[in-house]
Amino acid sequence: MLEIRYVWEWPVRITHWVNALCVVVLALTGFAIGTPILVAGDGSYVMGWVRFVHYVAAYAFTVSVLARFYWMFAGNHHASWRAFIPWTTAVGRRNFVKMLRYYTFTGKQISYEVGHNPVAALAYAGIFALFVFQIVSGFALYSQYNPGGFMAGLFAPLLNLVGNQWLRLGHHGVMWLLLGFFINHVYSGWLMDVKERNGTMSGIVSGYRFIEPRDL
Amino acid sequence: MNSEQIPEPISIPEEILQKWEAKGVSRRDFMKFCTAVTATLALPVSFIPQVAAAMDDQRLPVIWVEYQSCSGDSEAFLRANQPTAAEIILDVISLEYAEVVMAAAGHQAEQAKWAAMEKYKGKYLLIVEGSIPTGAGGAYCTVGGESAVDSAKKLIQNAAATITVGTCASFGGIPAAAPNPTGAVSVRELVPGAAIVNLPGCPVNAENLTATIVHFLTFGKLPAVDALGRPKFAYGKRIHDNCERRAHFDAGQYAEDFGDAAQRQGHCLYKLGCKGPETFHNCPTIRYNEGTSWPIMAGHGCIGCSEPGFWDTMTPFYRRLPQVPGFGIEATADKIGLGLVAATAAAFAAHGIASACRKGDAMESDKLKREE
Repeated sequence: MLEIRYVWEWPVRITHWVNALCVVVLALTGFAIGTPILVAGDGSYVMGWVRFVHYVAAYAFTVSVLARFYWMFAGNHHASWRAFIPWTTAVGRRNFVKMLRYYTFTGKQISYEVGHNPVAALAYAGIFALFVFQIVSGFALYSQYNPGGFMAGLFAPLLNLVGNQWLRLGHHGVMWLLLGFFINHVYSGWLMDVKERNGTMSGIVSGYRFIEPRDL
Repeated sequence: MNSEQIPEPISIPEEILQKWEAKGVSRRDFMKFCTAVTATLALPVSFIPQVAAAMDDQRLPVIWVEYQSCSGDSEAFLRANQPTAAEIILDVISLEYAEVVMAAAGHQAEQAKWAAMEKYKGKYLLIVEGSIPTGAGGAYCTVGGESAVDSAKKLIQNAAATITVGTCASFGGIPAAAPNPTGAVSVRELVPGAAIVNLPGCPVNAENLTATIVHFLTFGKLPAVDALGRPKFAYGKRIHDNCERRAHFDAGQYAEDFGDAAQRQGHCLYKLGCKGPETFHNCPTIRYNEGTSWPIMAGHGCIGCSEPGFWDTMTPFYRRLPQVPGFGIEATADKIGLGLVAATAAAFAAHGIASACRKGDAMESDKLKREE
């Protein structure tokens, strides 16, 4: 008998979509800052606005990622930080191998999960690390507009250790990694929506998934 | 502030002006010098008389040594400055040793250097130009049979203060660029914790060196520095934020090529690889050669010459981002990134086709009801 289960609580869904929107906006504006494709005539303020949107989106993204980190400790077990390190339990390890074998066409069985599948969960742990890198490197570069300021003082050790050009290159490169992840993420969601038939895609909108307990 | 308020008149005592006139420096030139230096140091105008008084004949002993350098900083100081400014500074200090300008040579010069060090122990100002090679036991640079490592250490430890001129002495510069064959280090790396002020730049801006010396003469100490040991008055702001072409950056007006109409109209050089957004220096306000010009004014992007890791991180000069390590010369971060994304898309498309053709791998398959 199929069960309707409430899996993704509202903070998970909201932060997911805020993150998605911010990543798209930040990638577009960030690319336009690195390679100014928007040009304009006298009296315009194109680059000024592009940078403004980038910085506003950056703050929104930071708040959203921090809120998600908070929810890793306050939310249900699907949202918990433990969900992102699947190999700590024997079941998690077994399901990880099972899912990896399914993805690589060496196994037939999907590791049927209520929350994240273990391979996806590990990918998300990596994505969160990249998010943190983007936030730290981004604000470090941003802080240079006011060298005497609080933010510059906060990031000075990092800037002096790594150098702003390598940070800039890293910030730029990780954008491409995130775009690669974006393709992977949408594809995997779609694939599981087709194969699992449990509302994977609508789950991140409504929060509900349809679970057959016998398959678990 | 009350607009009726009349500020205290600033005046330089008559006898100081007359003294300089007697030396052949006109009152006007001397006042200009004091005003310019006070402004460079970001001090209020009320400090002008104090600066003027400090220009008294103190005979501050100065030793200027060069190691792995091109003498470009000596040249910049001696030639680019207004003759009067160099005259004033050279009149106030006592240049005990300087390879480019001294008359003495050989053993005589060496003797003069060490005699000056002994005589003015703890009192002289040391100026170091060039990086110091530590490889091969210091054999890559020796002066008078003594390695740069040994002589620099001695001179720094006995100095009242040390000023490093140029990027090589401040951060290692070009000799320290990868693969750094001579193991070149900056002065601060050689003697950590010594009283050192870094004046990077390729070459050092003579105005900043003059101002730093005047600061030492006026207040008896080195100016306030940032985390990299650079005086805040000269390196406290980013070039990009004071750039005369900045309005074009914000507006979205960029030179696409050298010599195009946009470049001639003074549009932003960002797309030609300008490193103004990552470089901290007062070039836009002080400029070079008595305020005549500076690279961006002349139509060439900043190359970030005064930043640590210059050459390794600021090249290629005509691109915004450094080379991605491990990839070829022509591979930019964007080409690699685009390739990565295209490869991901292709891989998942293939995976999707293969998955669509799979049979018997779906869950709940037994419950699948066909809509007829």
